[in-house]
Amino acid sequence: MTTSTSTRLSTSIYTPEIARLVNVEQMTELEKLFTIELPDGRNLGHEPGQFVMLSVLGVGEAPISITSSPSRSNGAFKLCVRRVGDVTNALHTMQPGDQVGIRGPFGHGFPIEKMRGKDMLFAPGGLGLVPLRSLINQVLDERGFFGRVIILYGAKRPAELLFRDELDEWVTRDDVECHFTVDCDADMWDGDQAMTCNEGVITTLFPLITVDPRNTVAITCGPPIMYRFVLMELLGKGIPETQIYLSLERRMKCGVGKCGHCQINGLYCCQDGPVFTYAQIKGVEEAL
Amino acid sequence: MNLWILDKEAISPLVGALMADYQVVGPQAKGPEFVFGPIADPAKLRLDYNTTILPPKKVLQPPQERLATFTMQVGAHVEPVIEAGPTVLLGVHTCDLHAIQLLDHAFSQEYPDAHYLERRRQTVIVGLECLEPCDEHSFCKSMGTLTADAGYDLHLTDLGPAYAVDVATEAGEQLLSRYGTAREAADADVRRLNEVLSAKWPHFTYRLDFDAAELPALLSAAYDHPLWDELGERCLACGSCTNVCPTCYCFNVFDEVNMALTEGERRRRWDSCQLDEFARVAGGESFREARSARQRHRFMRKGRYIYEKFGELGCVGCGRCIRTCVANISIVDGFNAIHETAVGGNGQ
Repeated sequence: MTTSTSTRLSTSIYTPEIARLVNVEQMTELEKLFTIELPDGRNLGHEPGQFVMLSVLGVGEAPISITSSPSRSNGAFKLCVRRVGDVTNALHTMQPGDQVGIRGPFGHGFPIEKMRGKDMLFAPGGLGLVPLRSLINQVLDERGFFGRVIILYGAKRPAELLFRDELDEWVTRDDVECHFTVDCDADMWDGDQAMTCNEGVITTLFPLITVDPRNTVAITCGPPIMYRFVLMELLGKGIPETQIYLSLERRMKCGVGKCGHCQINGLYCCQDGPVFTYAQIKGVEEAL
Repeated sequence: MNLWILDKEAISPLVGALMADYQVVGPQAKGPEFVFGPIADPAKLRLDYNTTILPPKKVLQPPQERLATFTMQVGAHVEPVIEAGPTVLLGVHTCDLHAIQLLDHAFSQEYPDAHYLERRRQTVIVGLECLEPCDEHSFCKSMGTLTADAGYDLHLTDLGPAYAVDVATEAGEQLLSRYGTAREAADADVRRLNEVLSAKWPHFTYRLDFDAAELPALLSAAYDHPLWDELGERCLACGSCTNVCPTCYCFNVFDEVNMALTEGERRRRWDSCQLDEFARVAGGESFREARSARQRHRFMRKGRYIYEKFGELGCVGCGRCIRTCVANISIVDGFNAIHETAVGGNGQ
């Protein structure tokens, strides 16, 4: 009887490519920023809003959104990762020079072509800034192609605000309108004097701005509880459902529409998303 | 029509000859039930089986398999592993033939899965026509899977002393001519085959109260049906229904490492949307926390989501999930209840 033999082929969608950590930066107590280089300095070739499957070999694999914009690739890309599970805790122990596995980029990102000429309203909450940042910096690098750029960013406390250098930079630019808030401890704010920090949840920032709803694209990402309230604000301002984008998070084991973990009713977060318009997921009960 | 006749006495020698060059997998007895497994003795092949505990998907998507091996030292290296070998899968009933075609779609769409597809490429499938219902739970006639016109290389129909063999592919033709001792069917054989095939239909009963083509629309309108809470109360979230389902292909991926922590394997194994952690994200949030939501997800996948994705229903009516459920949850009763509500709501 012939027994099953192991045939070694070179192409499997599940085989990660070995990449190298070139920089690791502590951002907050829980988040680090990892700069990763693919072999031969090859560009990842991603769109803003896409994700990679990141492996720590021997520990496992997890989906991580790409926080760097394609416009700032320079042969490397960046992941901002909170240590919260097995893979991310293992990643947090790693140093520059260490190796990780990368598959991707996967998924539908932000359709930037459709956004050109529009006013851009970003409303990230907490870690939700991470995927949105890939689009924010792309927009800032192509600033002339967009109308107003408004960033409403909320975190739990000042120490949890991410990308502090960039927040300072955005605040000082006169072509970016920034409003930041923390749920509590605003008096602990030690940031740039140009930047003031509101106290309250992210929805408290919306009364501070007026928008031209028909010409505004809104992009939000944050903890599940946040969406309902942010969506009410955005819809309340009259922004059409087709112009509101959300980036959703789900458990994923394959990234390519097979393993079933990320399924949101009939949609696959990994393939149909992770970026959706509100119009796409409005009637999808498991989405939010 | 490419039809051949193979005497029943010729089956054992055929299997014996195949065993020299292939792993031969077919139905055999296990206690009072039947399972698909590698045939070590042609006499153990039971083409008269009713149904099997697990569907033949386990041959094409094993319960657990290696995806890659890797080293963990500096200079880490990952090597893909495709576990496949020449296999003949014997005696697949028509419901399972339909299910395999659905798996083919799932694993080939957009990002082809080399692990499944290489095994599929190396597997010759010999189907087997059902002439009697396998047991009281099957509802293949409702699901349109009581017969199959594709999905096999050879297909057997029991004519009494012999099998009629429908040769559907070149691989099937080669297998039969190289290993078998079949003769070409005569007109009388064709007549006999037609008699047998038309005689079987009355033996099977429809078990859905409605046309299965209505399922996607019925389920679209049944998201808040009280059935889900009722099932959630009864379901033990054991995952047996998805394990035995011939069209369930969800999986988990995990790493195993050696004691020296120098090398390891990336493996995948069957997973189940019925388990608590299936839809849980790292932050702790589960998007289908309640068992009712998980049962609803299973019903929706079988009757709606897979249809929306691939254009065919995700249930082939094999009845295994009903047979295996310790809480006596029946997908037939569930579908019928949803239909009942829909027609009741229309005032009928």
